[in-house]
Amino acid sequence: MKSQARKNCTEDYNISSIRKDLALFINLSGQFSLQNLTIFRSEINREISEQKIESVTIDFSGVCYLDSAAALALVQIEKETARKNIQCRFVNLNNKSKGIFSVIHEDVLINLPPQSEKSQDGFLYNLVERRRLPSVSEKSQDGFVFRLIERRGLPAPSRKSYKDFIWQLGQSSMQIANDFANFVTFVGELLIAFLYIIRHPKTLRGKDILFYIHRAGVDGLPIVAIIGLLTGLIIAFMSFLQLKMVGANIYVPSLVSFAMIKELGPLMTAILVAGRSGSAYAAEIGTMMVNEEVDALHTMGFEPIRFLAVPKVLATVIVVPILTVYADLFGIVGGMIIGITSLDLTIKTYVTQSMKTIQVFDIVTSIIKAAVFAGLISAIGCQRGFQVRSGAQDVGKFTTSAVVVAIFMIVVADSIFAIMFYYIK
Amino acid sequence: MNTEEKTPIIVVKDLAARFGNNIVFENVNFQVYEGEILVIVGASGCGKSTLLKIMIGLQKPYSGQILYQGIDIVSAEEKELNQYRQNIGVLFQSSALFGSMTIKENLELPLQEYTNLDQATIDAIIRMKLGMVNLAGYENHHPAELSGGMKKRAGIARAMALDPRVLFFDELSAGLDPVTAAELDDLIINTEEALGTTMVIVTHELESIYKIAHRVLMLDKEARGIIAEGTPLELKERATDPRVKNFFLRQKPETSEEQRFYVT
Repeated sequence: MKSQARKNCTEDYNISSIRKDLALFINLSGQFSLQNLTIFRSEINREISEQKIESVTIDFSGVCYLDSAAALALVQIEKETARKNIQCRFVNLNNKSKGIFSVIHEDVLINLPPQSEKSQDGFLYNLVERRRLPSVSEKSQDGFVFRLIERRGLPAPSRKSYKDFIWQLGQSSMQIANDFANFVTFVGELLIAFLYIIRHPKTLRGKDILFYIHRAGVDGLPIVAIIGLLTGLIIAFMSFLQLKMVGANIYVPSLVSFAMIKELGPLMTAILVAGRSGSAYAAEIGTMMVNEEVDALHTMGFEPIRFLAVPKVLATVIVVPILTVYADLFGIVGGMIIGITSLDLTIKTYVTQSMKTIQVFDIVTSIIKAAVFAGLISAIGCQRGFQVRSGAQDVGKFTTSAVVVAIFMIVVADSIFAIMFYYIK
Repeated sequence: MNTEEKTPIIVVKDLAARFGNNIVFENVNFQVYEGEILVIVGASGCGKSTLLKIMIGLQKPYSGQILYQGIDIVSAEEKELNQYRQNIGVLFQSSALFGSMTIKENLELPLQEYTNLDQATIDAIIRMKLGMVNLAGYENHHPAELSGGMKKRAGIARAMALDPRVLFFDELSAGLDPVTAAELDDLIINTEEALGTTMVIVTHELESIYKIAHRVLMLDKEARGIIAEGTPLELKERATDPRVKNFFLRQKPETSEEQRFYVT
């Protein structure tokens, strides 16, 4: 019915005014709604402010559609004019318009926003102020309104900036401390789950492990190969440009294989897996949290960490070292392409030169590093997933966090390994 | 149903729940009798879902006991708690079927975990349970391929997989059309009649309550606890408490002056 009424209504609004002595008559016709609120409000305000008058009569006889936001704007205009000692009257309202005006409570109009402020925002802000809803510093269930204000970028109730800074600093510190404590707790729970599985090997969900090996490993092969190949190619090319100046081209294969196996292979693979699988784990578990599936597991007597996290962590720890070796090989092949095309080396020479630098220790440490990175990526992904409490927004937030924290932890762990292996060797 | 003849299967003693410093409810005492359909009602925010979560062992209460066959599940060891979990079935508001599994795999999971049955027997049980909820032939569908009502029915089938002694339902017919909701009500009644399973249902659908409830407990946010207990008709016709009356007669509380919808 409403849409039909709007259809018959002229598309645009029209405001015309006639002045008789000190009285202004404004005729409104057409549609007045949220869409044209800003324009018609400023137009009416201009009509009123440009003339020296004592009374304004706004005629609604031509109005065919009026929504609550437009009605509120008109009531605001009425109050504004009253403040300037101009009498304002609304005439010829139909029943529908009267109904809309009847729901606007006088209280809404206390603390009118400055006219320059956008109407919707001003309205909500006003509403919040008037209803004495919690200010930013106040927490609790009422936080929703605050979040609403925050999300819409509305002016938040004022607060002294230094307090704001200290508050935020405290909040962030608490957040980091909580995150760390949660992660340590989660790792502990994961270890307990592993111990349980060692004692009860039948409880291990082999099918799930194979599924995640396929998803994290087999499905990741093409991208790992391409990234490995290109990385090897780039290192070979860049080092060739430098080394040819001193006639040390023969060291390009050593440099490529050394860099790939010791650092870039494990690192690039881990970052790729964090982006592909870490995020997927967080999103998958997060969605299960939202859909009460994790609760269902609990009530069915399944330990969610054992059921959901262990297969993912195990699969990732198995598959990432293999992917790393694969990336290393493709990196060497990438370097070989440059070696053969630009350095005039034969395949045999290139392989021999590459093998010269590489020791078994390097390959073993590369694999150990990859396994630790895999553990970090999958544990962080799962833990972030379990932190989701409600809604799609939380899933997005924790998925992003899973990737960012995983990459950060990979780099931190890599630094520790660099120092550790140096001294072990 | 005459509850005096029945033996209690779950006894809730002096239960209290809090969120931080907010008291959700306290001094909650009631019993769930064997074979009855107990419906927990109350306005939003009164703590009925919290009560259900505590009863199914998902949340720890602030204080109090929940005794299942004499064992306090609040302080129970993980092993005892797991024993309890095998004796209960839960249907969550969102059905909580595992999206990555087919309906058959969803039902198979508890059966494989807790029984030593051979696959043929498990398959037969699954077919029987799905038949009981009118979902025969949907074994290989994924939850995403089912409608809201079908998901609920599949959820009930999974909850009943291990033939539990008590079934818990959270917001049984929330978000369902009246016809599907009525079908679910019939399913509940038929299951109770056929299997004699005890059921604890959280809902605020009045029609369902009148149709299925043997006994109703009403929680109230202000009172922070139970304000009424009885059969639905008793509560509707004899309750003197205006909060209970308003709920069962589906009317809003009387206020001195008309309130605007946005005025606090």
